[in-house]
Amino acid sequence: MRIVSRIFLYAVLILVAISTLAPVVWMVSASFMPAGEAAQYPPSFFPRHVTLEHYTALFTRLNLAKYALNSAVLSTLITAVSLFVNSMAGYAFAKYRFAGREKIFRLLITSMVVPAQITMLPLFLMMNKLGLVNTYWGLVIPGMASIFGIFLIRQYALSIPDSLIEAARMDGATDFEIYWRIILPLCKPILVTLAIFTFMGTWNDFLWPLIIMTDDSMYTLPVALNNLMGEHTLDVELMMAGSVLTILPVMIVFVVMQKYYIEGIMMGSVKG
Amino acid sequence: MTTMRESLRRQMLTAYLFLFPALSTLFVFFFLPVIAALLLSLTDFDIYSLADFGNARFVGLKNYVDLFNDPLFWKALKNTLYFVAVGGPLSVVTSLGAALLVNSRTVKFKGLFRSVYFLPVVTTLVAVSIVWRFLYHPRYGMLNYLLSLVGIDRIDWLGDPVWAMPAIILLAVWKNFGYNMIIFIAGLQNIPEYLYEAARLDGASARQQFTMITVPMLAPTTFFVAIITMIGYFQLFAEPYVMTDGGPLQSTMSVVLMMYKTGFKWWNMGYSAAVAFALFAIIAGATIIQMKLQKQSHE
Repeated sequence: MRIVSRIFLYAVLILVAISTLAPVVWMVSASFMPAGEAAQYPPSFFPRHVTLEHYTALFTRLNLAKYALNSAVLSTLITAVSLFVNSMAGYAFAKYRFAGREKIFRLLITSMVVPAQITMLPLFLMMNKLGLVNTYWGLVIPGMASIFGIFLIRQYALSIPDSLIEAARMDGATDFEIYWRIILPLCKPILVTLAIFTFMGTWNDFLWPLIIMTDDSMYTLPVALNNLMGEHTLDVELMMAGSVLTILPVMIVFVVMQKYYIEGIMMGSVKG
Repeated sequence: MTTMRESLRRQMLTAYLFLFPALSTLFVFFFLPVIAALLLSLTDFDIYSLADFGNARFVGLKNYVDLFNDPLFWKALKNTLYFVAVGGPLSVVTSLGAALLVNSRTVKFKGLFRSVYFLPVVTTLVAVSIVWRFLYHPRYGMLNYLLSLVGIDRIDWLGDPVWAMPAIILLAVWKNFGYNMIIFIAGLQNIPEYLYEAARLDGASARQQFTMITVPMLAPTTFFVAIITMIGYFQLFAEPYVMTDGGPLQSTMSVVLMMYKTGFKWWNMGYSAAVAFALFAIIAGATIIQMKLQKQSHE
């Protein structure tokens, strides 16, 4: 009886694992198929002849490298800047006393319910007036601060003992030195988590880049991929190669850093 | 005494300096736009106003009245509610099921299964929507092929108004369940083991342990997961945008997709802002109802 239930448990586990992986595996597999093979009946699971023609086409004919560069630069830039901006704010909320602290913090937390889409119409008009449509800045500036990031860092910084900060102050360290030399190193785990979150979030983001980048040369990978889909609806294998290249970088980040990423989700779910 | 006050004042000043970059960014690029969106929704801002803001006129609540009489809005709202009401619970239940599976005591390779289940979460939504679009292909799609092996007839997943939304829900559940699964696992690990030991001593069956210990102890987690899933699902956009463009027969037109099309395709930005605000009101209302229900079940 125990054996039976254990076999059943593993059967379900493996079945769910297969259904989870199947679309991803098929995507990779189809990206290596010669043109037309993925649009046949019955469909093939694995390529009969492996070909790299779609990857070559993406890089030579379809300028994918340019979009990948846009995505890479933007994701890195936003991650670096927002890490700095959010960690300063999170630290201040955790360790400083100032008028309005609780009120401002509560306002921020409540605002997390406001859907970001609501800001996009005025934000677009604003960026248009500032001449920032079709520039990196149009994407970077609204991404510089995030309430979730501030919250995450505050929760973490609360656990840093005040005595550490006091001791450093006695030694004559300035406030910024304390932040830079003591708080940031101590917050490293949460900073890594937040960096992964921000990087992946920016890389995968679609709606705002779609709105703010109207010129082909400024597209990020998801926007370019969607655009490519319009012209190559029938080139299944080519689209799969494009999808693989779009997903691959975030997948690598996840595989390497998954410990931090998963811990971050658990931390974010603990109510403050 | 004066030095004490001096130091407090200095602390406050430093705090504001640390906060300034974040709070000013949030104020200018988040809170201000929210207020601007509200004002925008009270104007007839359109493509002519884009060149010269002076062309926009204040029209009061006209956009909201129009919205109320717009069949497309009701259609979009109905579709979005369908997605939230069916897809939301389905996602939460799948996440809970996966968490219980991965977390069961006898399972080996827990970490491996957890990572595999989590994988779709990190993928790019646009990319996997394209992948699923082909998996759903009525003639060559893998899904119909697998179904045909068990004798189920060809389904035109994305071309049939009846099936298009379920198809999008299936994709959303696949893409998202890993995220909430992690939160559920954290919740499960927070339940003290002695509760189960005591229950077993009292002769409670596995099912009783689940309903009498796991479910109530997990209630705060479930509540949190239900709220964030609901808020997220109300914002359905990329899946229908990439896979169906809102069709067929507008059966997958979501509120955010309608907002995007009205605002950024037809440049009726005043009207589009009204759509956005209506969505905000609905999300806020639904969140408050959920919280009230949670409180009631607590008392």
